Amino acid sequence: MQAQEDLSVLSPDERQEIEAELGHYPNKRAVCIDAMKVVQRHRGWVSDESLRDIADLLEMSADELDSVATFYNLIFRKPVGRHVIMVCDSVSCWVMGYDRLRERLMKRLGVKVGETTADSRFTLLPIVCLGACDHAPVMIVDDDLHHNVDAENLDEVLEKYK
Amino acid sequence: MATEKVLTSNIRPDLSYVDIAAYESSGGYEGLRKAMTLAPGQVTELVKQSNLRGRGGAGFPTGMKWSFVPMGADAPRPKYLVANADEMEPGTFKDRLLMEGDPHELIEGMATAAYAIQADVAYIFLRGEYLLSAERLRRAIAEAYERHYLGKNILGSGYNLEMHVHLSGGRYMCGEETGLLNALEGKRANPRTKPPFPQVSGLFGKPTIVQNVETLCNVPHIVKNGPGWFKSLGKTQDSGTKIYGVSGKVKRPGLWELPMGTTVREILEAHAGGMRDGLKFRGVLPGGASTDFLVADHLDVPMDFTGVAKAGSRMGTGTMIVLDDHTCPVGMVRNLEHFFAQESCGWCTPCWSGLAWAEKALSAMEDGQGQPGDLAHLEHICRLCAPGNTFCALAPGAVEPLQSALKYFREDFERHIAEKRCPWRSHE
Repeated sequence: MQAQEDLSVLSPDERQEIEAELGHYPNKRAVCIDAMKVVQRHRGWVSDESLRDIADLLEMSADELDSVATFYNLIFRKPVGRHVIMVCDSVSCWVMGYDRLRERLMKRLGVKVGETTADSRFTLLPIVCLGACDHAPVMIVDDDLHHNVDAENLDEVLEKYK
Repeated sequence: MATEKVLTSNIRPDLSYVDIAAYESSGGYEGLRKAMTLAPGQVTELVKQSNLRGRGGAGFPTGMKWSFVPMGADAPRPKYLVANADEMEPGTFKDRLLMEGDPHELIEGMATAAYAIQADVAYIFLRGEYLLSAERLRRAIAEAYERHYLGKNILGSGYNLEMHVHLSGGRYMCGEETGLLNALEGKRANPRTKPPFPQVSGLFGKPTIVQNVETLCNVPHIVKNGPGWFKSLGKTQDSGTKIYGVSGKVKRPGLWELPMGTTVREILEAHAGGMRDGLKFRGVLPGGASTDFLVADHLDVPMDFTGVAKAGSRMGTGTMIVLDDHTCPVGMVRNLEHFFAQESCGWCTPCWSGLAWAEKALSAMEDGQGQPGDLAHLEHICRLCAPGNTFCALAPGAVEPLQSALKYFREDFERHIAEKRCPWRSHE
């Protein structure tokens, strides 16, 4: 799969966005989480090559940076599909029908939680409480928060993401 | 008494952006202006007198926290103020409302608090998923710089403050004060040893105050209207208003700003509309996932720090999660322990090991594999994870819903074991 190859160095845009963050902190390594998120915004995930480039730029070792990367839920160290679905699996959504929503999502997409569809359209991931508990169950697709998602309106929500 | 809205008075029903002109026209930035006419220590003194306590869960007195920061010419610089906007406590959704609905209130609160401790730099440590909050806070910060509420020589006072937004990489541990500081330094969000306390040696080793969003939003109102006014807002000895929330199977889940000390019953019945038709109330986590269950006997408990503590739980974040009689209490606790086991940072053994075992035992029980010794085992884990045995508050918080469920819903646990099934699950 093409998306898994990521041998290029940081693009001028990525470098510029990372350098803009450097002014907000007293040292370079403090920017490392922001830097990984910059790269992820451009490429969908953080490859080993990107990790090395960021580490070089911030004067860290790649291993040190990877220990940070793997700690955080929102840094992806594996390729993802064109759209990432993050479905809340915390307590309020569970009370309001998370189990049914998860089953429906897995059946509709033909993948388990943590997997990507064969056509690379969707990656399905669990996420902790999204802070919209009065509209449970909720999920995020890419940058959009969707309220009150259930078996009835799920197809309509997913339809927007090609 | 008519409820006086303080924190949410500018928030529009359609939640559209409140810009700096709209904010100023309703009295915005007057608290900061007034603070600038006072000495920094006087601002801290006003907050101390108001009896404002932290709204993030722990309830520590805010003014007292600020008074630990080294002041004067010899104080280490730069000093930092951090807004803890990492709203990750399951069932908690109040800070999102404040940041999306009226972002300038947080910025004014931060600038006022920063002036009191003479901070040089302020960060908003924001959940990575709160993208609308990020967009609006950044827009509001830019407006505040333009009007000289931030930046160099604020309002001609000679005081300087920079403010930045940091979007988190996402982990519950980032809400823990010292875990948050490590995350801001670009490290794993493991907790730090205390002492030294962050007020003396925090972010990048410098004096730092970390404060919840709702707490900070109260500050300019206290400075503007005085500590006496603030105290009079509460129904009990705990001051101010509180943003309460309800989720679960009630008729009208939502958020309401009410006088501190409003009873659990009034919040659940008058505001959340009571249980959905056909469902009965069984219990409630009063202040997020890491608080002990309250049950029907506690409905008249005032939702303040003292009242909920007396009832054996914590007010926490003040956002309640309701358990109804059609929902399995064991399943609910299993969901909670799954969260805590997953979010444990792995730093200390009672937490990473104990919570994983708790989740395993509860999952087995739900799947009909429960054993007679399981309840004693779970109680043992609760004792191992008690305060004092762990590095931070994650594990003690994690076992609060478990230990109270074992107390109040014991017969439901026993049924799972005796019947070798979850009685709430339908059988094929």
